[in-house]
Amino acid sequence: MNFVNKSVRKKDSMALVKGKPVYTDDISQGPCLIVKLLKSPYAHALIQDINTESALKVPGIECILTYKDVPQARFTTAGQTFPELSPYDRLILDRRLRCFGDPVAIVAGWSEKSVDKAIGMIKVNYEVLEPLIDFKIAKESKIIVHPEDDFKSLVEVGADSKRNLCASQTFEFGDFESEFDACVYKIEQTYQTKANSQTPMETFRTYTYLDAFGRLTVISSTQITFHVRRILANALQIPKSQIRVIKPRIGGGFGAKQSSVSEIYPALVTMKTGKPAKIIFSRKESFTNGRPRHQSEIAIRLGADADGLIKAIHLHSLWNAGAYGDHGPTTAGLSGHKPLPIYCKATAYKFDYDVVYTNTMGAGAYRGYGATQGFFALESAVNELASALNMDPTVLRMKNILSENEVGSLMPAYYNEQLNSCKLDSCLVRAKEMAKWDEKYPKKELDNGKVRAVGCAVAMQGSSISGVDLASVELRLNDDGFYTLMIGASDMGTGCDTILAQIAADSLDCELDNIVVQGVDTDLSPYDKGSYASSTTYLTGMAVVKACESLRGKILSEGARLMDCSAENAEFDGIRVLSLKDNRTISLTEIANQSLVGTNNYISASAYHSSPVSPPPYMAGIVEIELDKNTGKIEIVEFSAVVDSGTLINPNLARVQAEGGIAQGIGMALYEDINYDSRGRMMNDSFLQYKIPTRVDIGKINVEFESSYEPTGPFGAKSIGEVVINTSCPAIAHAVYNATGLNIRELPITGEKIIMELMKGRSIE
Amino acid sequence: MIIRLWINGREFSDEISPDTLLIDYLRYKGFTSIKRGCDTSNCGLCTVLMESKPVLSCSCLAARANGFHITTIEGLQEEAEKFGGYLADEGGEQCGYCSPGFVVSVIAMKRELVDPTEEQVKKYLEGNLCRCTGYQAQMRAIKRYLGI
Repeated sequence: MNFVNKSVRKKDSMALVKGKPVYTDDISQGPCLIVKLLKSPYAHALIQDINTESALKVPGIECILTYKDVPQARFTTAGQTFPELSPYDRLILDRRLRCFGDPVAIVAGWSEKSVDKAIGMIKVNYEVLEPLIDFKIAKESKIIVHPEDDFKSLVEVGADSKRNLCASQTFEFGDFESEFDACVYKIEQTYQTKANSQTPMETFRTYTYLDAFGRLTVISSTQITFHVRRILANALQIPKSQIRVIKPRIGGGFGAKQSSVSEIYPALVTMKTGKPAKIIFSRKESFTNGRPRHQSEIAIRLGADADGLIKAIHLHSLWNAGAYGDHGPTTAGLSGHKPLPIYCKATAYKFDYDVVYTNTMGAGAYRGYGATQGFFALESAVNELASALNMDPTVLRMKNILSENEVGSLMPAYYNEQLNSCKLDSCLVRAKEMAKWDEKYPKKELDNGKVRAVGCAVAMQGSSISGVDLASVELRLNDDGFYTLMIGASDMGTGCDTILAQIAADSLDCELDNIVVQGVDTDLSPYDKGSYASSTTYLTGMAVVKACESLRGKILSEGARLMDCSAENAEFDGIRVLSLKDNRTISLTEIANQSLVGTNNYISASAYHSSPVSPPPYMAGIVEIELDKNTGKIEIVEFSAVVDSGTLINPNLARVQAEGGIAQGIGMALYEDINYDSRGRMMNDSFLQYKIPTRVDIGKINVEFESSYEPTGPFGAKSIGEVVINTSCPAIAHAVYNATGLNIRELPITGEKIIMELMKGRSIE
Repeated sequence: MIIRLWINGREFSDEISPDTLLIDYLRYKGFTSIKRGCDTSNCGLCTVLMESKPVLSCSCLAARANGFHITTIEGLQEEAEKFGGYLADEGGEQCGYCSPGFVVSVIAMKRELVDPTEEQVKKYLEGNLCRCTGYQAQMRAIKRYLGI
């Protein structure tokens, strides 16, 4: 193998580091309508009357669209395979406004200034309704967020809109109550996580126009190119055949762009006016009108026997969908189905959840996809159990977690899938060595009033959605023997175009430069569900392996035919086809060139892949913090992480995924928190107030890998993108406990919370 | 109003509205490397050099550039390729959206700081946000680029 497991540069790296025009706004220069939204100043209101007459007179204004101008068919903006598990609960513009910032009107004009002016001149009479802000009282509240009768759930997920329920489900394995009753040690605690904004550096943006055939063409910063086609068709009520979606380079996603956030507005304007249109969300709009991580309250009941064997776990998640249910049912599902299986010695599991509507911003997908919240709760509870047992928490975990020894067994809490690969035990052992755990656990008091402490957590995720996700690729042999790999997977900066080319190069025994990768354009690319659910390397990678296998067979046959020998007596080594009987050869170049002439065979192959399993990658994370006991301030000293991601296709890119995910997790643990005032307005809607980590905030991150071999993945690979965000929060919470004795069970773990707790026991001197 | 300035060594003279921001003027002139990542001078994506000093073009009126030399990454292609190569060798460009502002800042830092420590590097670049990498790969690339 020449390229798999090699840290090659990303194919697009030079264009990116030299600032070439490759993003949506760069390639859509030229005259077009500027599209902006008038947004609701209330969290809950009905539009009584809307008057656009004088606003339309502003010079340069092309159109102003209100709820009277949009199709009356509800849809979801969640990027999921059809039929989506997210309810069809929104209109493009609705008379009923369900959250602060909900769009009231779409304004399009030829300059930003005229659009801004027109927005200020639209007159709206609102009937202001009492908002439902607190998700803990949402179920059965008298305030109903979705009273409409055309609310529609395509799949049975327990939705009941009249009770503010977006989804509600229960899972039980074994008899939890009786197993729990028999436990000697019990932890019963509740944990809170907040909504977080993904903040990819490129905000939401879309450019639309009608092509020569009168079809709607959409250039957009998206992770879900094909799903956007369906979402737009649903929203605009036009046939999918009339829509083409193109994904150029995109400036980060992290799940934010797994929903269709910006596409609908310019698309509607282009359909109404026939003119090109563009919307660019400001950072503020990306905060207030995005699709953040779901806020949650997770109650855990965890029981262990006298030796510390975890026997029974109950996890209950209360989930704040906000105003709309994008990714609500599915993220809530992952909050239990990912954390629970790690503790494989348990004989009973119970998991139930309620996803509720409120008048806060509709949530969505964010790296980790609900598992992150679940791991904060369960790993924190396991650390509390270790304290109760007076046992080193790493020792407690080694007794209880999935390990290489369990390979071959079934995981009842993980859809009863068989465990095919796992080195979580080795990950934890190695992370302890890297962090010098035995030396540093639990803490060391420093002379200056500060204390250094360590904390640990383990985590898993999945690789693609089993039995649902589909990825396909097409592979072509061109003149002179270079290949074109057409993909529908959406590289969002993570490097999947390169990674898939590495897989193809080794499968075809050729140089990396001999593979041209092209994606994504729904008119040209083969179908792929898109880049989410930790699936691209694992799932699309396997489709590449299959397509290469098929293409090799065709090259071999054609080479043999041209040499007039049988394919059984010939071999293809990537450069030439060799006739084994007489050692005659024909080069790939010649086969390729012959294939484009006359009656010869044009050589191409396509393949698709869907996986019946979603093999988990694993991670152990250990953090060392320095905490100032006089102020509560936390500094991250070092984060040691070891990941089992199966075979690494590109070790550098895998490492950067891990480092980036850990850093995002640190932000979530320490300060990222979408705050609403009592009226439901997001208060911290800028980088001035909503801080993400800078390079001075995150200490040193050390990442290593313990690679297992996943038999269902390409070259043994599993996923990496999401698992890496799951340990930061519980590990940091644990380190704070070891430093101070405080269990902070609500994120983010701010200095204020710590010092206020510490001061409770102190007299003011 | 009319402004006259040099962008990457080439002279430009344009009639602009007085409230035009430098970022919008530069993008309008085709220097599309410059990106806007926030509305509050926090992210560093729009960094350009004004008379060799890094400035945030989102927080600077185009009128203030009157009479000055502005350098964007389009004018630093050779140096960008050199440092960018180290960055790419670490996989540290990722989505690349923060790269132009970040690379320009690193080039300015190299010219400004003599034998900086890791802490000085972090401090100098604190205003360049990146959401993809967790900054570690960027630091590895910087160390190789600066030979520290």
